[in-house]
Amino acid sequence: MKNTVKKRAESAGTVVTTPSEREIALTRVFDAPRSMVWDALTKPELVKRWLGVRAGWTLDVCEIDLKVGGKYRYVWRGPNRAEMGMGGVYREIARPERLVATEKFDESWYPGDAVDTTVLVEKGGKTTLTMTVLYASKEARDGVLRSPMATGVEESYRMLDSLLASTSAGRGK
Amino acid sequence: MISHRLDTTFAALADPTRRAILARLASGEASVAELAEPFAMSQPAISKHLKVLERAGLVSRGQDAQRRPRRLEAKPLSEATQWLERYRRFWEGNYQRLDALLEELKTTQKKRGHTKR
Repeated sequence: MKNTVKKRAESAGTVVTTPSEREIALTRVFDAPRSMVWDALTKPELVKRWLGVRAGWTLDVCEIDLKVGGKYRYVWRGPNRAEMGMGGVYREIARPERLVATEKFDESWYPGDAVDTTVLVEKGGKTTLTMTVLYASKEARDGVLRSPMATGVEESYRMLDSLLASTSAGRGK
Repeated sequence: MISHRLDTTFAALADPTRRAILARLASGEASVAELAEPFAMSQPAISKHLKVLERAGLVSRGQDAQRRPRRLEAKPLSEATQWLERYRRFWEGNYQRLDALLEELKTTQKKRGHTKR
């Protein structure tokens, strides 16, 4: 029984939406209570286990000063001495349901700071995480995720998919 | 470089008329007059949109000098979808590692007999 529920949650996967022209939101369901998800988001020894640690990359620096006005700092190191750093300041902390912090990459590809709002909602032992990133401007948001977003990513995907399918079919590619 | 081109691609795609033009061109090349037909828009207005699409490399002009038919260029579109999918996949990858970590934490908690919330 538990397995079926878990499978369903996982199959839904990460959903990307755009609540406004300055935002990108990610939604994902986890099969765990939110206090546990909260810990995994805010305790350095746990964050290091999952955030951005893909193929050859490690989160070498993970400092979290979890208080309003406190700073966090992440530095990833990857193959060929590649390095990527980011950090910000906590603005709101309401354990275990809401966390607001600024974000800025060292070599940012978008202008201004962004503000990340993470909301955790628990229901029946499962936690829905929504992370909304609010950029300084529409241009900045678009720099991260430019797309015909007014009507949502899903529709864009479908539109692009069908365009691509019909073009390649039409050209006998 | 690719990211600059993506900027242009996505900016071009941000407009519903331009998306409709692309959808029309997906079914075959068309002249400006043919493109203007289904829209309540003048040919100059359509031409303006076409210019944006051409600059983004999404549309090119055919050989026929008189009709100057426009046609869809698929490559920038495929780069754009790949980018979006990469973004989603990057986070899904993170969250799958988080799934595994949470499973581990639950097991540990059970062993310790914690019921802390």
